[in-house]
Amino acid sequence: MNTNVIGRPLTRVDGHTKTTGKARYAADFNQPGQRYAVIVSATVGLGRVVGFEGGEVERMPGVVALITHRNAPKLPYLPHKAIIDPAVGERLHVLQDDSVLFYGQPVAIVVADSIDHAERAAAALRVSYETRQPVVDHADPQVARTVPGAGADKSRGNADAAVAGAAVKVDEIYDIARENHNPMEPHATVAAWNGDRLTLWSKSQFLVNEQAEIAAVFGLPTENVEVICPFIGGAFGTSLRTWPHVTLAALAARHVGKPVKLVLTRKQMFFTTGHRPRSLQRVALGATADGKFTGVIHEGTGETSRYEQFSEALTAVTDYLYSCPNVRTQYRLAQLDTGTPNHMRGPGEASGIFALESAIDELSYKLGIDPIELRRRNEPKIDEAENKPFSSRSLIECYELGAERIGWAQRTSDPRSMRDGRLLIGMGTATATYPAFHAPASARVRILVDGTAEVEAAASDMGPGTYTSMTQVAAEFLGLPPEQVRFRLGTTAYPPTPSHGGSWTMASVGSAIRAACLEAKSEAAKRAIADQSSPVFGASMEAVEWAEGRLRRRGDTSPGLSYQEILTKAGNPIEADGSAKRDPETAEKYSMHSFGAVFAEVAIDPDVGTIRVRRLVGAYGIGRVVNPLLAKSQCTSGMIGGMGMALMERTVLDARDGRPVNAHMADYLVPVNLDIPKLEVLFANEVDPHVNPLGVKGLGEIALVGTAPAIANAVFHATGTRIRKLPILIEDILNAEV
Amino acid sequence: MTNRHLTPSGKAGMDESSPLASSPLSRRAVLQLAGGAASLAAIPSGDALSADAVGTEALPVGSIRLIVNGESKELELDTRQSLLDVLRETLDLPGTKKGCNQGACGACTILVDGRRIVSCLTLASMYDGADIQTIEGLEKNGELHPLQQAFVAHEGLQCGFCTPGQIMSGIGCIAEGHAGSPEEIQFWMSGNICRCGAYPGIVEAVADAARRT
Repeated sequence: MNTNVIGRPLTRVDGHTKTTGKARYAADFNQPGQRYAVIVSATVGLGRVVGFEGGEVERMPGVVALITHRNAPKLPYLPHKAIIDPAVGERLHVLQDDSVLFYGQPVAIVVADSIDHAERAAAALRVSYETRQPVVDHADPQVARTVPGAGADKSRGNADAAVAGAAVKVDEIYDIARENHNPMEPHATVAAWNGDRLTLWSKSQFLVNEQAEIAAVFGLPTENVEVICPFIGGAFGTSLRTWPHVTLAALAARHVGKPVKLVLTRKQMFFTTGHRPRSLQRVALGATADGKFTGVIHEGTGETSRYEQFSEALTAVTDYLYSCPNVRTQYRLAQLDTGTPNHMRGPGEASGIFALESAIDELSYKLGIDPIELRRRNEPKIDEAENKPFSSRSLIECYELGAERIGWAQRTSDPRSMRDGRLLIGMGTATATYPAFHAPASARVRILVDGTAEVEAAASDMGPGTYTSMTQVAAEFLGLPPEQVRFRLGTTAYPPTPSHGGSWTMASVGSAIRAACLEAKSEAAKRAIADQSSPVFGASMEAVEWAEGRLRRRGDTSPGLSYQEILTKAGNPIEADGSAKRDPETAEKYSMHSFGAVFAEVAIDPDVGTIRVRRLVGAYGIGRVVNPLLAKSQCTSGMIGGMGMALMERTVLDARDGRPVNAHMADYLVPVNLDIPKLEVLFANEVDPHVNPLGVKGLGEIALVGTAPAIANAVFHATGTRIRKLPILIEDILNAEV
Repeated sequence: MTNRHLTPSGKAGMDESSPLASSPLSRRAVLQLAGGAASLAAIPSGDALSADAVGTEALPVGSIRLIVNGESKELELDTRQSLLDVLRETLDLPGTKKGCNQGACGACTILVDGRRIVSCLTLASMYDGADIQTIEGLEKNGELHPLQQAFVAHEGLQCGFCTPGQIMSGIGCIAEGHAGSPEEIQFWMSGNICRCGAYPGIVEAVADAARRT
């Protein structure tokens, strides 16, 4: 595919809107006569509500309603599950009974005429509880480990025997803290009823599912619910599911007969909107003296709630990443008194690869083999778990690109062997990988009489640049300059698309737009061929061709007909729908994943233990790059997220009741501007003809995966101290110092 | 460490020219007007454990005049309202964002009398007569401010939610003379969190605009 617009570094088409404050996020859709709802969250970790001192609150200024389980309507909560909902368990039903399943669960809503009145009244509401002792510590030996209903164990050969008998081995435990997504935009919903029709201006990464979920909760026909979300202020997975606050906003709006705006506080975003589950993992590696893996064991446990089994691909990478005849992976869940976790950027893979890539690094020192060379010696020819070839795999090329850029050749191999003045310098590396998913999607293209085009899909743009990149895809396949294409997303009025997550938006929605464009072009050609006054009149479809948005007979050297010339005659636009999904035969034949190599350089103060990341280099093989400017941003974004995972991010729970004690932006640390090192992004020149018609493999997730172990491995190289937990803190360095 | 504890002269705390010091409503008066609840209202929290329920007492209402993006606005308002909520909910200027409502993220940064502040951590009633600039007022006659242009050109944004605050903060940063080097920009822009990690582009954009203005 020779491309014209795809591959160009266009600046964002929504840049003007976003830099002028005109981009409207959910909480910006103020409605006439709107009321404000504030959630009152449970302040105990387990038990039941026994009373409200509600009378006082209802008499407070501006208060319109106090809604609790005592006066809330019984909602139908019809069965509904989408791909992003846990396969086992039932979603939280809000204000339907007196039970409190976890700290922060909504127990009441206050509705008032202003945000201040609602907040004030919510703060004044006294709730009494009967409490029981919740279990919230994943490491508590009393916590039962359940086998996920979705199934998760895989084995080939005899990994346990192979590791036990190996010449060289590593067998360690890894502990990764719970993280919260903490996008800048709080979850927000403005709900307005018109009879039995409901409009939600709501933060969502999956509009058509939010529509279906709320329809199921309220027992409405799906088409009675419209969800609108043109802009998402970051999400990283937290808005994939439709959480209880959306139900509460709609319930409150119906209760007071007015539009209602409900915005979660930052603190409440630690309660009911999911989190990256804390994980505990064991990785055991066995190898020959010359570094060939003989056995790999990867056992992992993730936390979940009592009422749902959230599972993620914690151990999946170990199945396919390297060549080894004996591999066993096992995944378990620890059911705790907490809200249900959910996917957070690079879910599963990011956590799992920290354990695997840390262990491989550790093995490299035991063997005295360079970490890159060790991975090269175990590079597989095929996906040995699935026994299929990879559709494309550029891992070794990524290592070569990254090693050259960061200057790996200058690295001395011994720990504590590199210094800059009194600072200890370390260089580390790790593999990144993520599946190249593709889900069924649809889109609509309208070529207008003026020759410009409108493209629509119920997709989302949480920051990667969907508005821009889809404009490029449509412009490419219509043969128009991108300025003549307007791509719209963010409402359920448009053709359905899958969730905006899992790095599959371009593969899925992009392929659907391509299909719709090809269909629209074909329609335009048919019109021209049927027009007696047209130079292509009477030609067969095979006898005409398009070049840069103009139609002519094959071999004809005239400029040909523009869309405008074709459409002006009839005077009405062309509209075409397109859809796309992965060809099942190709899916059967190939294992499809992205691969990359991440390099980190750190400087550590040996006296006070401060860790400073100086450089990060990420090299990725992700198929075709639609827009190099956006792709680079997405990668640096993921690397910065990975830096947060490595060195800062953790949600700390009070062991007594599961209260997140650092539930605000001052104590839940994330990288700020001054933390940012020199960041470099490289792409392997990868052509994947199998993965989808666009040849794209996605990069939102892989950009985060691999960064944390690269940094942890650099920390070991700098200090000689192996930290097997995340985040790595100053005290870990100081406590371990010998 | 963030920059917002420091005045442009680098001194911690308030200087004589601060709006609080010069406002016709003294801090004491504001607190009295608010029935002793100003500190609570400044950090509204729907899930606070408890509060002194002042209940049905009369609302503390005050009248003030704000000059917002060059337009004079006469307002009758609950003196406990934050400047951010007044901008967003009363004046329908939602370009300024509420990210944390605790002064820790910078999404609500605006310029008051030319200086950057986090509008969530301050009461609107303290700014009678003040000149307030928000993101909505930067574009003049269809022409973007140089920093707005630079944010687009240098990829200083992704989701765009922190962007209004980043841009207002960047204008403040340049005006303070804190945009002399990338490192200096990084330091003085660290009060504005970008969870997407568009920081490299933000630094380039501020540096570029600083050169051009």
